[in-house]
Amino acid sequence: MREIQAGDVTNIVARLFEHSCHYLPPDMIIALKQAREKEKSPVCRDVLDRILENVEIAGKEKTPLCQDTGAAVVMLELGQEVHITSGDLYTAINEGVRQGYEKGYLRKSIVSQPCFARVNTKDNTPAMIHTDIVPGARLKISVLPKGGGSENCSRLTVLAPANGRQVVIDFVVNLVDAVGSNACPPVIIGVGIGGTTDKAMFIAKKALLRQVGEPSPDPEVAELEREILKRVNNLGIGAMGYGGTVTALAVNVETLPCHIASMPVAVNMQCWCARREEAIL
Amino acid sequence: MSKKITLPLTDQILKDLRAGDSLLLTGVVYTARDAAHKRMLEALDQGKPLPFDIKGAAIYYMGPTPARPGRVIGSAGPTTSGRMDAYAPRLIAEGLKGMIGKGSRSKAVKDAMMKQKAIYLGAIGGAGAIISKNIKKSEVIAYEELGAEALHRLEVENFPVTVVNDIYGGDLYEEGKAKYQVKAP
Repeated sequence: MREIQAGDVTNIVARLFEHSCHYLPPDMIIALKQAREKEKSPVCRDVLDRILENVEIAGKEKTPLCQDTGAAVVMLELGQEVHITSGDLYTAINEGVRQGYEKGYLRKSIVSQPCFARVNTKDNTPAMIHTDIVPGARLKISVLPKGGGSENCSRLTVLAPANGRQVVIDFVVNLVDAVGSNACPPVIIGVGIGGTTDKAMFIAKKALLRQVGEPSPDPEVAELEREILKRVNNLGIGAMGYGGTVTALAVNVETLPCHIASMPVAVNMQCWCARREEAIL
Repeated sequence: MSKKITLPLTDQILKDLRAGDSLLLTGVVYTARDAAHKRMLEALDQGKPLPFDIKGAAIYYMGPTPARPGRVIGSAGPTTSGRMDAYAPRLIAEGLKGMIGKGSRSKAVKDAMMKQKAIYLGAIGGAGAIISKNIKKSEVIAYEELGAEALHRLEVENFPVTVVNDIYGGDLYEEGKAKYQVKAP
């Protein structure tokens, strides 16, 4: 048994949110620079130049990259040998969100009731927490400040298994086509196939934690990722939808076994401002 | 090459703008998101005045992050405009001339823009840090209790935007996409 203080969790969560809203992960910056090189449309090259300039200014001046500093998504891998002391884990995480959003001058974008009064909770809590219990004695904390614009472009469906991979490709491509500029392209597309509907969306979101450009270890899935990416970039949407050759930077597909009758497919859309960070305690 | 535009927008200015044009805006814009729009329409329904003169005005669909001490404003990029589609035609009928945001508009909004002469301008989504540098003054003039969704009056200088929908029915999203689309063999 290993003990981890709840207060340490709070401090790490606060730091991760504050930092991630000001600095894009290095792999994302590389992907954006590569997109700038590949893009054929001069208008979209200008957009990508400004996006890259924005990344520099955000870090230098400590102004958040985007004004939508997101819902505070937290994904945990909790080793079963870990014992959290001096407080409970979820309270500690929410306290970290509260502190990080306040100290970092981040926008508080959570309302208490989704379809009634919609009163702002004023501290960006509650966090959206997912926990996997894993072997070992470590606690891995991944944070994703998830903007509303791209999240609103996410979809879930259950397709007929008989139609196989082609209907999956069509579903994803048609969605990207329909949402166009709304998702703030160039996007990262998280796709979850299989499981039950709830699991499908979860793995679609978890797919966004993957390094950009890192293919699935499963060759069949990696081939599917390449094919969807090609079809999406053939749409011509381009950066901010102004017409161009780079609409997506990556397609990350995760799969799970599923029921004989089902093929759930979930898409979790991520804008170019793909903020994520992790720490291991 | 960007055209420099001094606000407020007039029919004379709008007639020379086409979808795809890059502009640098200088002057006053007002910010409003969903909640502020809802209140403005309630005010109109009740025959009450709007918090600012809508005739010739431009609304920026934006809710900033809090300003650090000594700064004018925090991160200040556009939000998705489609959520304001339900409210926009009414405001255009009242004299609104410009909307700044990102993402496509409904047919009703595009029709209203052509009929009443108004334009829709795209700002770069997610680029809130760089856009904040073009904002020289910011004050909340209404609905303060809405927090980030409060209605702000902003003074902008050389704020870079792109014409998405002009008064002639031009649509950059459609035209740009058609140009770069690769049709399946």
